[in-house]
Amino acid sequence: MDIIDFTVHELQEKLKNKELTSYDITKAYADRILEKEKDVQAFVTDISQQALSKAKEIDNKKASGEITNSLAGIPIGIKDNICTKGVKTTCSSKMLENFIAPYNATVMEKINEENLINLGKLNMDEFAMGGSTEYSYFKKTKNPWNLNKVPGGSSGGSAAAVSAGLVPWALGTDTGGSIRQPASFCGIVGLKPTYGLVSRYGVVAFASSLDQVGPITKDVTDCAMLLNIIAGHDQKDTTSADIEKKDYTKALKNDVKGLKIGIPKEYFGEGINSEVKASLQDAIKRYESLGAVVEECSLNIADYALATYYIIACAEASSNLGRFDGIRYGYRTSNYTDLKSLYRNSRSEGFGEEVKRRIILGTYVLSSGYYDAYYKKAQKVRTLVMKEFAKCFEKYDVLLTPTSPTVAFDIGSKSSNPLEMYLSDICTVSVNIAGLPAISIPCGVDKQNMPIGMQLIGSRFSEETILNAAYAFEQDYKFREKYKPEFKK
Amino acid sequence: MAQVSKEELLHIAKLADLNLKEEETDKYLLHLQDILNFANIVSKADVENLDITVGANETKNVFRKDEVVAFEDTDSLLQNAPDKERNMFKIPKVIQ
Repeated sequence: MDIIDFTVHELQEKLKNKELTSYDITKAYADRILEKEKDVQAFVTDISQQALSKAKEIDNKKASGEITNSLAGIPIGIKDNICTKGVKTTCSSKMLENFIAPYNATVMEKINEENLINLGKLNMDEFAMGGSTEYSYFKKTKNPWNLNKVPGGSSGGSAAAVSAGLVPWALGTDTGGSIRQPASFCGIVGLKPTYGLVSRYGVVAFASSLDQVGPITKDVTDCAMLLNIIAGHDQKDTTSADIEKKDYTKALKNDVKGLKIGIPKEYFGEGINSEVKASLQDAIKRYESLGAVVEECSLNIADYALATYYIIACAEASSNLGRFDGIRYGYRTSNYTDLKSLYRNSRSEGFGEEVKRRIILGTYVLSSGYYDAYYKKAQKVRTLVMKEFAKCFEKYDVLLTPTSPTVAFDIGSKSSNPLEMYLSDICTVSVNIAGLPAISIPCGVDKQNMPIGMQLIGSRFSEETILNAAYAFEQDYKFREKYKPEFKK
Repeated sequence: MAQVSKEELLHIAKLADLNLKEEETDKYLLHLQDILNFANIVSKADVENLDITVGANETKNVFRKDEVVAFEDTDSLLQNAPDKERNMFKIPKVIQ
């Protein structure tokens, strides 16, 4: 087995037993990036060569006893909307093409405390708006399973990089499915934590009431380990929850006997591809054979939730992106006569088409005359969505749905039709609307060998339950032993 | 169902400090109308007696001590400035 095939918990063992050094691991990834990045195009900023000297430094400090933590010297990739001091944070936008954050996001501080090594910043849809990473200003990331397909989005660079073995694990962000959907498209694991579990400080805001940072990993154990690192209260984010710190790896008991799983029938309707449905049915049977109690239920909010999501997310985005004015940082036009034209031309030239579309939609639903009909109404529907979920969680521990109605689609097939692109978020957005945790894990492939993802949704702060449920499935199904990305051209 | 006019779109764009080129206007109009037609489904939801939700957390005030923490790395802030003079951001004249 090559170094890049190991999970992080396997690498941790090998570091502990001194079978490998941090330099060995980092070098293996740097070499892999040199070999495969030209096909995958996952990085906006690749600092893997600089990472090598960092790895040597960490090996030395470990030898002298200066560093003792067991994950020290393991590399990681970071989505490019998470601020990294001294390394560009572009949000895959012309607006922030040259932006170097003066400080670290809180999650980055936590990554650094563990002495993980940043291999670089990963591509995304501009300002995290999109589901295919095609809206990046810089490049289109390819799906490692088939290079003609999208990796999903908006954390497409993170998911493609983990899947292709360019990084052992990565951080993504999820506002409406941006961790789970690309994880599903790329055959890996992605977790959107409960709103408030992870600090948003230093993460470029898209929709502040929905955004969360989360792990994108090869398997569920790595996912729990990375969640251990990033979760926790932060004074700098008033929406972060002040709750007791947990060790999520302890929740992985590989036992789902008696676990009550609800299957919301509305998520298995017409719009869901038949191969996706069949694969999910098999997964449901597997859970039954593992001793879980599975029952069909109703959660009739998918369409409402999607419409509500686009109203609320765009409204919040139009306000959040107001800060980009070409004054203190970011793109400034060379074509202006006064302050107003400086603002307007900088924004018009600096933002891409999809970002402008969402700012316009958001401004529209917040403008006088439409505020009540759209924005206020959507906020009420948000209450309805939360109530419906709460009802389900009175009866069930976990809800099981597809992560996406389809497998990864062809590059270019949806990018010119925004509504069609939005509809592919139907299974994931309601989770953000309600602030719940959800994990996507691979549960099969279709006839073209493209991965299919299953989503497990839990009640607020029940990460342990969904991680254990995901782990039990993973240990029984063994997806990683059966299927691998082929870089098909 | 609201029909968005071209004038309205341009007004909204102006509020958002965005210029739309002539050739972009029709496309944005079409997409905006498409999305709003879909989003209109929220008007059918039965939310008569429901309050609004602003965020997923319970609504309460969060307090902390108001302590000053000085950020002294002015250089790293100013390195991102599109235009600067000495230790200041430079902008066009505001008062003519």
